[in-house]
Amino acid sequence: MPLLPALRSAILLFIFSIFFIGQASAAPVADETEFKQLLNGFTQKSFAAKANTAQQVATSGHPKAKQVLEAMAESRLYFRKSDQLVVFADKDGRSYVLTDIFSNETLGTFSRREVSKVKTNNSLRAKLGKMVAEIELKHPDASVRLAAVEAMIPKLKEDDADLFGSLIKEEQDESVKKALQFGIYIGYLDSSKKERVLNAIEALDGELEPIVRNKLTSLANNSDDKDIKKAAKKSLKGIESKISIFSNLETIYFGISLGSILILAAIGLAITFGVMGVINMAHGELIMLGAYTTYLIQQAMPNHTTASIFLAIPAAFCVSGMVGIAIERGVIRFLYGRPLETLLATFGISLILQQLVRTVISPQNRTVETPAFMSGSIDINPIFALTYNRLYIISFCILVFIALFFILKRTRLGLQVRAVSQNRSMAKAMGVRSDWVDAMTFGLGSGVAGIAGVALSQITNVGPNMGQSYIIDSFMVVVFGGVGNLWGTLVAGLSLGVANKVLEPMAGAVLAKIMVLVFIILFIQKRPRGLFPQKGRAAEA
Amino acid sequence: MSFKKLLTGTIAGLTLSTGAMAADDTIKVGVLHSLSGTMAISETTLKDTMLMLIDEQNKKGGVLGKKLEAVVVDPASDWPLFAEKARELIEKEKVSSVFGCWTSVSRKSVLPVFEELDSLLFYPVQYEGEESSKNVFYTGAAPNQQAVPAVDYLMNDLGVERWVLAGTDYVYPRTTNKILEAYLKSKGVAEKDIMINYTPFGHSDWQSIVSDIKKFGAAGKKTAVVSTINGDANVPFYKELGNQGISAQDIPVVAFSVGEEELSGIDTKPLVGHLAAWNYFMSVEAEENYSFIDAWHAFIKDKKRVTNDPMEAHYIGFNMWVKAVEKAGTTDPAAVQEAIIGVSVPNLTGGFATMMPNHHITKPVLIGEIQADGQFEVVSQTPGTVVGDAWSDFLPGSKDILADWRKPLSCGNYNVKTSKCSGQNY
Repeated sequence: MPLLPALRSAILLFIFSIFFIGQASAAPVADETEFKQLLNGFTQKSFAAKANTAQQVATSGHPKAKQVLEAMAESRLYFRKSDQLVVFADKDGRSYVLTDIFSNETLGTFSRREVSKVKTNNSLRAKLGKMVAEIELKHPDASVRLAAVEAMIPKLKEDDADLFGSLIKEEQDESVKKALQFGIYIGYLDSSKKERVLNAIEALDGELEPIVRNKLTSLANNSDDKDIKKAAKKSLKGIESKISIFSNLETIYFGISLGSILILAAIGLAITFGVMGVINMAHGELIMLGAYTTYLIQQAMPNHTTASIFLAIPAAFCVSGMVGIAIERGVIRFLYGRPLETLLATFGISLILQQLVRTVISPQNRTVETPAFMSGSIDINPIFALTYNRLYIISFCILVFIALFFILKRTRLGLQVRAVSQNRSMAKAMGVRSDWVDAMTFGLGSGVAGIAGVALSQITNVGPNMGQSYIIDSFMVVVFGGVGNLWGTLVAGLSLGVANKVLEPMAGAVLAKIMVLVFIILFIQKRPRGLFPQKGRAAEA
Repeated sequence: MSFKKLLTGTIAGLTLSTGAMAADDTIKVGVLHSLSGTMAISETTLKDTMLMLIDEQNKKGGVLGKKLEAVVVDPASDWPLFAEKARELIEKEKVSSVFGCWTSVSRKSVLPVFEELDSLLFYPVQYEGEESSKNVFYTGAAPNQQAVPAVDYLMNDLGVERWVLAGTDYVYPRTTNKILEAYLKSKGVAEKDIMINYTPFGHSDWQSIVSDIKKFGAAGKKTAVVSTINGDANVPFYKELGNQGISAQDIPVVAFSVGEEELSGIDTKPLVGHLAAWNYFMSVEAEENYSFIDAWHAFIKDKKRVTNDPMEAHYIGFNMWVKAVEKAGTTDPAAVQEAIIGVSVPNLTGGFATMMPNHHITKPVLIGEIQADGQFEVVSQTPGTVVGDAWSDFLPGSKDILADWRKPLSCGNYNVKTSKCSGQNY
């Protein structure tokens, strides 16, 4: 049964095309009634039948074909259960607003029980993508054509290369021409003519696109011709050595980006623990509060994702900073000089903060949207790409570090902080309000933790437990770098990040983490004061 | 003094005379789910589900003419505390059955308590199998009701030839992956086409692993990731996949621990097309499901809340228990245990679930693809229901073991070869 409408429309299409023979346009263009007939094929359940219908829609040449296929790929194509009419649908709360495909008129609102989605799956969506790309190969805009060619390259077959061959003759744009030529060579690798294959191997020398490498590998292993085998092997060797260079570069990039996250998480602690000597187990929760501030701001201004992130930075600083000052004034100041009690008290605070968030907001994770400028990556070449979110976090980390360094070294507050941490009674005697300085320092460290939370909200989940996963790492970085030294934190964070990433491919994620921990334990045995120990009398106090 | 006595007396009298909940007129049901700590993220919802189910049952008149009363305790994601709280529920509160636990380790922790005190536990989460206790009813999926059909779908429908088995480093992923590895090899997949990767709990830096997967998948054969990654680690994993430009069309990821609830914490646009295998999806078009969702939204007073697979498991488990109690005419655990085997209740996907003699239930297996709105769309469904297999047929140690709690066998660990019942080994 389901084949019948398809068959009928195919026949119609055939008859229809006869009418148009001799006309200027080569492809037959289906008219509205026929196209409607075709669309009915989408109401079938089988994915194969839907793929078949989609193929016919794609080759129909109807002006709405592309829009229909795109809507289908985006799951916007529905049909009304009452009359099987295929329509565009947009979800509005729990119901759907239907739009007629041809007239673009709204057909009204329907409940979920009255409409049914034209369901797609992965392989069907991949096919749809290719069909849309094929339609777009003839788009008037050169950049659209280029994107279409590039979308087709990773799955290129020989007959696509023939299509490219016919297109390249009419193509005016240089970059599109280049991409088409590249596709043609890839197609030639499958050719049965020796000349073509050898030419293609030579032309594709040094190309890093995975499809080139796979085709060359199969040529090098399976080709019957000696010359082809030899040329493929030689070309492969060059590609492999390039790949290994880039994969090393990639590891270092991953290491630096992990390192910058470690630094961001630890740098607030470097101030509270490093400079003040307070063991603050609630540091992770201050990071969490920063991330939740981002979430709340984003909720308050739903359509301004980018602006909300920038607004969140100062807001998170203030929220976490305030909470930090409250913790210092309320609890920690009574416990100076008693590290064990401080540890226990702040651990208690961390549990209170977690449960507070769980009760007030929700125990579930919250979605923080990533602004568009932070998604995606810069593709240096097909195997090496720098992801934007990591690039931004690395630069953000550098900015925060410079700002903090400036505050500690160049401002009055920084001078007082250093004075109090070196010799409290002397600083007091010189008229420094040490109480006030303590509160400000703790607030500064906590505020920076809040800023780290904004950055972390972009790469990991925002939930009540998020702080716990960073507290151990933060202490590790600060202790390894040397207590009381910002440079130490920077160097320690970066080196731990890179070491972790170098070890990970060899030893696996679990073992790599253990190895880094063991290394730190051994290192601390040898140099108890870390990489950059404080020198002079201050260190003895 | 006397005034106080008088007051209490009056209040007691009032309560009795109005016929409200006095101790003997109610049947107590224990709810053992973490409301604080790391697992609160998943378990709080199940507590609410139980409260809703009990509430609805009471509106229908309760069970055996008595009202049900929920006793909620908070084991705070602390495994030894689960055992303590379970003991408290059974000994002090005298509950007739308990619905609870999420992680396997919490179940293992309470198991001796339930066996010692001979009470009943309904466990609603998919798990690694290799267990069948007289006192536990497994209403979640066993590996053959989730993992194996998912792999079949990838292999037959998507033509996957290379496999990445990625999981968090603990018992459920390790056992599941062992089963899957044996299964894949039995289907002729070569050793070099399987990549196994474990990460610590809450792993957040997925750059190198995702890049490895990308390289593994660039070898020309269709590649898929079978993910048993647990909880919070999923968000950064999917984010990294999106950032490194791996779409579901290149390398699909099928997950066994990611449901609607987990997706509600993720920006799902980059994930469209990745898969999950469950026995229930909120998007399933069935009348029972629509009514369940409406009831849930009315109960929780939030129309945005989602429903998920473990909630359906509780729905089925609770209804089975109610039916078994009515069949046995008593809430006595021993009688209910006997009565519940063979009990059939509707599930939420338009079919029926039956309690099997091995204390597992029959379930349909659904494969869904993630949509932009955080819902799943069913792309494949087993034709009938699948019977839960307590002891996997693909592991050398458990192939010959079967569980049957009917008399005269009454054994959860019966070795067919040696004809011996070796009891539990947890």
